[in-house]
Amino acid sequence: MSDSDAGAASAPLEKTALYDLHVARGGRMVGFAGYEMPVQFPPGILKEHQQTREAAGLFDVSHMGQLAITANSGAIGDAALALETLVPADVKSLPTGRQRYAFFTNEEGGILDDLMIANLGDRLLLVVNAATKTADEALLRSNLPDTVRLERLDRALIALQGPKAVDALRKLAPEAGDMRFMDVRQLNVGGVPCTVSRSGYTGEDGFEISLPQDAAITIAEALLADDNVEPIGLGARDSLRLEAGLCLYGNDIDTGTTPVEAGLTWAIPRSRRAGGERAGGFPGDTVILQQLSEGSDRLRVGLLPEGRAPVRAGAQLFQEESGGVAVGTVTSGGFGPSLGRPVAMGYVPKALATAGTRFFADVRGKRLPVDVAELPFHKPDYKRT
Amino acid sequence: MLKFTKDHEWLNIDADTATVGITAHAAEQLGDLVFVDLPEVGAQFAMGDNAAVVESVKAASDVYAPVSGKITEVNQAIVDDPSIVNSDPGGAGWFFKIKLDKSAETEGLLDEDAYKQLIA
Repeated sequence: MSDSDAGAASAPLEKTALYDLHVARGGRMVGFAGYEMPVQFPPGILKEHQQTREAAGLFDVSHMGQLAITANSGAIGDAALALETLVPADVKSLPTGRQRYAFFTNEEGGILDDLMIANLGDRLLLVVNAATKTADEALLRSNLPDTVRLERLDRALIALQGPKAVDALRKLAPEAGDMRFMDVRQLNVGGVPCTVSRSGYTGEDGFEISLPQDAAITIAEALLADDNVEPIGLGARDSLRLEAGLCLYGNDIDTGTTPVEAGLTWAIPRSRRAGGERAGGFPGDTVILQQLSEGSDRLRVGLLPEGRAPVRAGAQLFQEESGGVAVGTVTSGGFGPSLGRPVAMGYVPKALATAGTRFFADVRGKRLPVDVAELPFHKPDYKRT
Repeated sequence: MLKFTKDHEWLNIDADTATVGITAHAAEQLGDLVFVDLPEVGAQFAMGDNAAVVESVKAASDVYAPVSGKITEVNQAIVDDPSIVNSDPGGAGWFFKIKLDKSAETEGLLDEDAYKQLIA
């Protein structure tokens, strides 16, 4: 038999501050975005997925990029307005202690990366994808005015996700329990100064904890000392986010997809749309504002394969069971452990993007039926109030 | 007679028919299996042809025909519950039985010691 997932990494891989912890706990290390990361731990992806849905999982996401933007004036609003020239988001009105989802766009309206922007009061904190963090930093350096300062933060990042995450974190940082979804606070976690947001990438309640690298193993072990917390690898991270309908940069969104096509218009506020007080003024604004008013030709949708065979990224979608031309593409797909069946996402023509529309996905030369389905597959349980 | 391939399959050869499965090493490397696609009974394969597909949560992998021959029986139980392959890869997790065309092909297969050295 052959493993089609064999890695082809040749460049030396970097290690995160939690590398020794992963190895000590039996993590199977693979190359991912230039880092040696655990794809799974001994329980395996299915059990790790369920652990996160039912209790809590600890994820090392230190490979992601963390950047801080400050204004020379000291006014956070100046940093916000500068950043707004690169993202179709409302950063100016983002209150202190809150975080928003956004994306960098290019002149064609495509997505260069998706990111989180947090207002820490004296600075903006950006969390960007690992594979794109160097390009993101270069984009910011070449486009932000001299009136703001950009700093790369070489810090670790730990995600603690699942319904029991809050109880585990509260033992080390009691104030964490007072936070709501998308709140961000500077908290002492086990005595270590951390930046904590109540957010994540699993569709569960949870936190992301930015902390000094030299404290990462100590804090991770302290969180793992809770019986409800287990370490989780990248494999379950992917199945969790797919069930939650969350985009993976490079698969579901990239420079060839616009936010409108990707169904991310909820992240573009009224203030940046036509007629808004700061309408446009970001790369690709002409394309994106036009698509916001007229719609796009295609849309990202959820797809449920009828059978048991996973339908994976790259599979072409047809309207006919045989013959015809491909009308869409699967961008993420795999097995959804919480649903006990395969799940997928992909792009289809807008006219066919309604729930229940049947397509046929080409898998190893067979056309397998898949139906358009509402996203997310797994309803999130965030702490909104 | 138990034999192995360098592609991490095992064959239990009894007269002119081999029962075929994937090794414990392969099952562990793949992780939790969620889908198995088996050949039709009666299908004819040459050695090295893709005969079956297994999919873990993460990826799909081919299972090759380790010898040339005709499929005489398949294990529907692993289609219904792919986790059997993870829990008992060398027993209840067998894939198919194949009637050998050329018994000479088995001479190129590995014995258990040689396979253990391969994965050591």
